[in-house]
Amino acid sequence: MALKWLIDASYFVAAVLFILGLKGMSSPVTARKGILWAGVGMVLATVVTFLTPGMNNFALMVIAIAVGGALAWVSGKKVAMTDMPQMVAIYNGMGGGAAAAIAAVEFARGEMHGVIVTLLATLGALIGAVSFAGSVVAWAKLQGVMRKAFRLPAQNAVNVVLALATVGLGLAIIAAPAIDPTLVGAFFVLSLILGTIITLPIGGADMPVVISLFNAFTGLAVGFEGFVMGIPALIIAGIVVGAAGTLLTQLMAKAMNRPISNILFVPMAAAGGGEAVEGEQKEVGAMDAAAMMRYASKVIIVPGYGMAVAGAQHKVWEMTELLEEAGVEVLFAIHPVAGRMPGHMNVLLAEAGVPYEKILDLEEINADFAQADVALVIGANDVVNPSARTDKSSPIYGMPILNADMAQNVIVVKRGKGTGYSGIENALFYKDNCRLLYGSAQQAVAEVIQHVKAMSV
Amino acid sequence: MDGFVAIYIFMLAAFTGYEVISRVPVILHTPLMSGSNFVHGVVLVGGMIALGEAVTPLEQAIGFVAVLLGAANAAGGYVVTERMLAMFKSKEGK
Repeated sequence: MALKWLIDASYFVAAVLFILGLKGMSSPVTARKGILWAGVGMVLATVVTFLTPGMNNFALMVIAIAVGGALAWVSGKKVAMTDMPQMVAIYNGMGGGAAAAIAAVEFARGEMHGVIVTLLATLGALIGAVSFAGSVVAWAKLQGVMRKAFRLPAQNAVNVVLALATVGLGLAIIAAPAIDPTLVGAFFVLSLILGTIITLPIGGADMPVVISLFNAFTGLAVGFEGFVMGIPALIIAGIVVGAAGTLLTQLMAKAMNRPISNILFVPMAAAGGGEAVEGEQKEVGAMDAAAMMRYASKVIIVPGYGMAVAGAQHKVWEMTELLEEAGVEVLFAIHPVAGRMPGHMNVLLAEAGVPYEKILDLEEINADFAQADVALVIGANDVVNPSARTDKSSPIYGMPILNADMAQNVIVVKRGKGTGYSGIENALFYKDNCRLLYGSAQQAVAEVIQHVKAMSV
Repeated sequence: MDGFVAIYIFMLAAFTGYEVISRVPVILHTPLMSGSNFVHGVVLVGGMIALGEAVTPLEQAIGFVAVLLGAANAAGGYVVTERMLAMFKSKEGK
């Protein structure tokens, strides 16, 4: 009895630590303490679980924890900062898979107590399996294993039929007097296919929102399985994450001006390509670009994922320091969806050493562009496309953008003439005040640095 | 557990999750998503209990997978979040 009390009390403390941890993580000052608290809660909950009376298979348990934990720990330590989003996706998928597997064990044991328990177990299994399969696809896409967005003919119809079939099977499981292994097996297979099919047609640019959605899904699945197993700590942690993840997903979708239903069911490229843009792109050399910035009084840098992929953020910061020595005011403008997730670009710039007060959000900086001599766009595209303001037929119409086009001069560092990640033509590149500096971000910025140095001597 | 008690827990936890996140600055969105990803790694505990009660080889195999995946979720989620948040230290130094 005392043992049971100790276990329950520990789960309670763990639940409190999780909530305090999340609370801490929502402010930059306390964020590091937050993850530490949550970590302590996790260790506590895991350790006391070993004391649960009447448990077997300890050897298997220890092996699974050691292998799974070690593999994830090492891969998490090694991964580059630019690849963080897909790592979050894959770890999240594993959580969803774990929730589905718990449900599977309960089904295999065949003793469900009551309709509500069976219902929640089934729901958790469905959501967990969808989250697992979907997260793996999301990982494969961001990792570049799977490049193309596959779209079946009549994709939405297939989605609906598949979803209905899966839910139908789930209901059949709940209605059946005893657990039917064939039904359960088919149900899991269909759930996994559903998760895959839903995620396959989604373009890479929308992936952060989808990962966030699956994160909320996994939270819900964990909460439901917590109810099935009668562990309040699981219910609380799962549902808190489910709610927080839902809110986060909404915030992200809002920043992109793409309702979640659009992301899931309307492919970006097929949403209408927007008006053709007339005019031509005007090129600029590294030396002229350097001169424009060196003799400017204010430069605003708009970094995008292209800069991060090229690993150019360190070079960009080096250039910034040089320009500041020459008396130029340099600021960084971050679009809410710059990078692959909101806040991703801030993390990458922080890694390169850029101080926080130089990094400004869209609302903070948009008015400043009109006073800037140069807006330097590096590896960003859609987030500075003025078509979002004017062209109603453009797929990104209505998305808040950075007003880089309002600056006196715009320099865009770009690999080539093609359209960007989303395949949408950018009207900014054809504007009179815009010049294109072709080359990889890394190399182009390095050249600019050389020229700025030469001018400062 | 009493059904209604569980529903109360559901409801209160949902409000808590919503409130805890509602005033988060954009720069913390990614670390927070990663951090909440870590928190649902507590599914590991459920997996351990499921494996602990498993009897047949099939149950043991699925339970093993549950613990394996849960442990990966928790460990990976922690490392990744901690690495992202470690970068916020430099800010306070300045």
